[in-house]
Amino acid sequence: MHIVVCIKQVPDSAQIRVHPVTNTIMRQGVPAIVNPYDLFSLEEALRLKDKFGGKVTMLCMGPPQAEEALRKCISFGADDAVLVTDRAFAGADTLATSYALTAGVRQIAKEQAVDIVFTGKQTIDGDTAQVGPGIAKRMGLQLLTYVSRIVEVDLEKRSITVERRAEGGVQVLKTSLPCLITMLENTNEMRFANLPAMIHAAAYPVRKWSKEDAGIEDLSKIGLKGSPTVVSKVFGPTPRSEKVEMLDLESSSLRDVSLNLIQKIFTRHPTLESDLLMKEMT
Amino acid sequence: MSQAPTPAAAPAKRPAGRGGRNLELSDELKAYKGVWVFIEHDRGHVHSVSWELIGEARKLADTLGCPVSAILLGGPDEPLEKFAAEAFTFGADKAYIMKDPVLKGYRNEPFTKGMTDLVNKYQPEIFLLGATSMGRDLAGSVATTLLTGLTADCTELKIDPTSKALAATRPTFGGSLYCTIMTLAYRPQMATVRPRVMLMPRADASRTGEITYDTLGMIETDIVTKMLDFIADANSNKINLPYADVIVSGGKGLKNPENFKLVFELARVLGGEVGSTRPCVQAGWVEADRQVGQTGKTVRPKLYIAAGISGAIQHRVGCEAADVIVAINTDVNAPIFEFAHYGIVGNAMQVLPALTQAFAAHLALRSRQVA
Ligand SMILES: Cc1cc2nc3c(=O)[nH]c(=O)nc-3n(C[C@H](O)[C@H](O)[C@H](O)COP(=O)(O)OP(=O)(O)OC[C@H]3O[C@@H](n4cnc5c(N)ncnc54)[C@H](O)[C@@H]3O)c2cc1C
Repeated sequence: MHIVVCIKQVPDSAQIRVHPVTNTIMRQGVPAIVNPYDLFSLEEALRLKDKFGGKVTMLCMGPPQAEEALRKCISFGADDAVLVTDRAFAGADTLATSYALTAGVRQIAKEQAVDIVFTGKQTIDGDTAQVGPGIAKRMGLQLLTYVSRIVEVDLEKRSITVERRAEGGVQVLKTSLPCLITMLENTNEMRFANLPAMIHAAAYPVRKWSKEDAGIEDLSKIGLKGSPTVVSKVFGPTPRSEKVEMLDLESSSLRDVSLNLIQKIFTRHPTLESDLLMKEMT
Repeated sequence: MSQAPTPAAAPAKRPAGRGGRNLELSDELKAYKGVWVFIEHDRGHVHSVSWELIGEARKLADTLGCPVSAILLGGPDEPLEKFAAEAFTFGADKAYIMKDPVLKGYRNEPFTKGMTDLVNKYQPEIFLLGATSMGRDLAGSVATTLLTGLTADCTELKIDPTSKALAATRPTFGGSLYCTIMTLAYRPQMATVRPRVMLMPRADASRTGEITYDTLGMIETDIVTKMLDFIADANSNKINLPYADVIVSGGKGLKNPENFKLVFELARVLGGEVGSTRPCVQAGWVEADRQVGQTGKTVRPKLYIAAGISGAIQHRVGCEAADVIVAINTDVNAPIFEFAHYGIVGNAMQVLPALTQAFAAHLALRSRQVA
């Protein structure tokens, strides 16, 4: 079984600060990590490999330093890694990103046919959840998003059955291979990398492909040119003009503060009290 | 690289146009008119986000002077006409209905084909979908098939006065920044919006509209993916945070899962739901469906009480639309006090029971007065 897992290197958004004056991201010192959602897909790919044998190839589009993210995945047990990196990819939105990654998957598939492509559910910096569906459509693969469990894979019949999270329930879907899967978060736990694996990963020769290496000739489909969306403005959250009203516990009792707060809440929101009373009576 | 902007310097004033990109709409695409809303329904119910989007679409269409259309795909025995009639009361002018046995229950392949065909035939200018698991799955597929722009999880939709393009604002970098995104040279302009980000419009029972029917032209054997089963969530533990009027949320400041019962008690007295933060969900203190925030639910309650919650930006974006926010935190410098309306600096384990008691007494007294 040959599985390709697409990942992205992202800034650890929990540690990101916004410059108060210029409203720009201050990246200095912010660690770059593998997009956390991608790891649920990688772990699932590794489990399939444990079960069926074969190979897991990592794929990433990004700047040269994204090599580190791929190395991390090698330390978890992925077999090979390709970084599609080229200045021409800069400024790509999700449509252009899915094009570049599709080219990468196709190129990898020339070496060995691909059974499943995994991507993360979404990224933590872009949060769009669009790249997976984009690659699936471009490649004509069956798309399985928000998968909570892989129920069965039948390599002989070339079929796969999964559970997919939908609003209000779980769909049990059966489709044929090859397909594209995005795993739901918290569906599994990434295994640990042991020391030999980390040493192996540190020395692993991550392959770096330019746009030509990835088989991309049409410049109008990648990077800024290939991106229909245009970022026209970036700004920080608007600070609230109204200031918080503090209720002091030092000078009055807990009970008084509570009663005082209740009065204030219902004065501020006059219909809330009657709503609550109505609810109580029905 | 997706849609996250990479601002190296101060935000550029120029609306792109970098690298000689063609940002002019071609004549062919100028013919695209109207605002569409995908009406998401499943097992007889329309997801409320669709009505919220109709309300938003109405405003956009009024600015542009064009109609709002509701798009309904489903099986022959599903009440799509009833849903269309409801869409009219919320502000739609037209409905496009596609009925086919293979459209019963959402599957990506037939829905993408149906949607793409409709867009190509009727050429809408703007196309909105809910950022649900169905809406995101479909939006990404349709946008790629049509090779057009799609902006995910928008929090504000406007028409740019100069270009008349859709200016879609969305949080990025986990909510630390917002960016406004436009699709200038492509049509339709697509966007998804999470449930409860937009206000529910008021229904006007006198409004009606016109229905157009189309056929899919696909049979079951054309479709590779089969739905073997649908396991509905047990109704007993259905948590409906996005639509709760009152939410009492607890954070890591509650110290341990046992203390969460204080939150549940106050929520019970107020007839509300219990919310929480990501670390509490990750620690297994509460169910994932209770997470409020960027990677959890967006909520819009009348009252939001946050106990032991720091108010990190990723939490804030999910709850700041609440009418009244009350924060209980031991740390006077906690960021939650920057956006709460009322604050109590104190130990949640003491304040919560006191509040529960006071609310219970107050409501009991008032209901006797009313009765
Ligand atoms: C990509 C990404 C996505 C995220 N998405 C979300 C999301 O959707 N939702 C979310 O909530 N978070 C999210 N987070 C996490 C977020 O950044 C914060 O870490 C989180 O919201 C903090 O949770 P907390 O307030 O419960 O805990 P803490 O940050 O640990 O804060 C606990 C607070 O409790 C106070 N406290 C301590 N003891 C008491 C006491 N006895 N009484 C009262 N107060 C007390 C402390 O002063 C402190 O302010 C995300 C992070 C990332 C990186």
